[in-house]
Amino acid sequence: MRFLVDVFNGLRIAFGALRANKLRAGLTTLGIVIGVMTVIMMVVIVMGLNKALKSQLDFLGAETVFVSRWDWQSNNWRDMIKRPDMELDYIDDLRAESREIEAISPFFDQQMTVSYRGAQLSRINIQGVSEEFFLTNPKELAEGRVFTAQEVSRNANVTVVGPDIANQLFPDQSPIGKEIKIGAWNFEIIGVTTKYGKVFGQSWDNFCVIPYGVFQKRFAGQNFDGLTIVAKGRGEDRVEELTWEVTGIMRRLRHLDPREVNDFGINTQSAILEQFNSMTAGVYAGGIIIGFISLIVGGIGIMNIMLVSVTERTAEIGLRKALGAKRWNIAWQFLIESAVICAIGGIVGVALAAGVSQAISSFLPTYMPLWVVLVGVIFSAVVGIFFGLYPSLKAAQLSPIEALRSE
Amino acid sequence: MPDRKSIIDIQDMRKVYDLGTIQVEALRGVNVNILENDYVAIMGPSGSGKSTLMNLIGCLDTPTSGEYILAGERVAHLTDRQLAEIRNRRIGFVFQTFNLLPRASALQNVELPLVYAGESPSERRRRSKEALEAVGLGDRMKHKPNEMSGGQRQRVAIARALVTNPSIILADEPTGNLDSKTGDEIMQLFEKIYANGNTIILVTHEEDIARHARRIIRLRDGLVESDQIVSRAA
Repeated sequence: MRFLVDVFNGLRIAFGALRANKLRAGLTTLGIVIGVMTVIMMVVIVMGLNKALKSQLDFLGAETVFVSRWDWQSNNWRDMIKRPDMELDYIDDLRAESREIEAISPFFDQQMTVSYRGAQLSRINIQGVSEEFFLTNPKELAEGRVFTAQEVSRNANVTVVGPDIANQLFPDQSPIGKEIKIGAWNFEIIGVTTKYGKVFGQSWDNFCVIPYGVFQKRFAGQNFDGLTIVAKGRGEDRVEELTWEVTGIMRRLRHLDPREVNDFGINTQSAILEQFNSMTAGVYAGGIIIGFISLIVGGIGIMNIMLVSVTERTAEIGLRKALGAKRWNIAWQFLIESAVICAIGGIVGVALAAGVSQAISSFLPTYMPLWVVLVGVIFSAVVGIFFGLYPSLKAAQLSPIEALRSE
Repeated sequence: MPDRKSIIDIQDMRKVYDLGTIQVEALRGVNVNILENDYVAIMGPSGSGKSTLMNLIGCLDTPTSGEYILAGERVAHLTDRQLAEIRNRRIGFVFQTFNLLPRASALQNVELPLVYAGESPSERRRRSKEALEAVGLGDRMKHKPNEMSGGQRQRVAIARALVTNPSIILADEPTGNLDSKTGDEIMQLFEKIYANGNTIILVTHEEDIARHARRIIRLRDGLVESDQIVSRAA
């Protein structure tokens, strides 16, 4: 209780002193403002980028691995293209040997033109999969149904389409049961998925999913990427085990010697995110170091101005001591003043950072969690206390006689 | 009145200032005894040790040797922290230059010693109002020092000195910055405070002012030169 009263008195004195020297306090705190703003902008942008990428990559599914000729994180195309093709037989082997896989499907894709009675959509992503694909992928149905194992095994000409296809070809009616043309072939629409949105600026809703057998028969000749095996594990927390297990099985299927490197790619959402996060971590650390340096420079400015303030107010200190202020009363007064200047700087810095991140959010994803705000303000107050310590103790040590005489 | 108690008892007090190469002996064995409800003026030319004695009486400094008993308490060799408490509780300072906080109102200035005494805000307010009313400034509580005359400022300072009910009012040239008419008013105020039973110690170099006291102690070269009762002739 006594402590609270002291803090309150200290705050009152601090605000009074700051009001009397608004410009000076403002200029002094500029270093803190810039420091806090830099640190927070860094955190906000990097967190925003990471979060944006995560949500962009959500379509992959966090618990799924993608096995293909290609390593998504590599650009060594010349070596990867020499790797052997993926084979559909691997799917049965993987299913038989794995404990981690819950659902597994082949995946082929290819850009084709889709049409319905004269209306044409070009460059539509045609995906050839098995019925299990719908278990591996977080696609939801808005209408109709997905295809069955029987439809896959008898190569039925059925398709599940994205909402873009449905909306563009059938603006006023249900597309279920309608026959559309993919390339030169007729397919019956049996289902429409819900809207997903954009991934890296491209709509992720203009695709047609068809049984993979049909895909192979009709479009395989034009497929460049080859087969990708999509395997869903038992959960996001087991994706590492899944990756290890699938890698082991694949190496056995390919008869790889322990010294040989993988001749296939194992890709997961988390691996891509990790790679991206390690890239942004460098930027992150750099920005935070710069921010810290400006906080220290700002803190030295605070120390300087507090020393000036102590000198200017020597008579006041003497008077306070004569009236019964103890050393710690005086030290406390100047510490609080210093902390308040810095905390105000911190608040302004946070506010500016919030404003800037709002302004740039249209072209750069930003994300400012509450803890960043709190840490920003509290940390700048700590800087104020740290750099206010020496001036405060200096004030506290003043002899009341000397101080009174300075008038 | 033989049964009045001693409030200040200074025995063989010495104060040496160490200025590095030379040592200055400001007090060379001073003995002073002041009783409750005394009204004492301390006089002396500059360099006589007058200010040093005042600082020691006010517990702003500690003597090199000697004893100082303030209201029954030995205070000559207390710590900084204990001295701060004694100052807060026992002594009300009045300065030549008023020493008010310029940005604080009269009321806030008077409250200051109570803040350091740890009084609650409501108690501080109540007692400060009383003190300001006692010095005739009941209508100036919200004014800042720069909105008041010199005499009013010194009244605020006196109210501040009185607000803790100290044993001693220690006034250092209280009229030094005032014109003689205002100075007289301030001295009348001291007379009133004296009449209420307070002990007043006045440090001054002006004979006219010193004659308001009941007793004059003159210092010279760090020693008490004379200690006389003022004759109240007419």
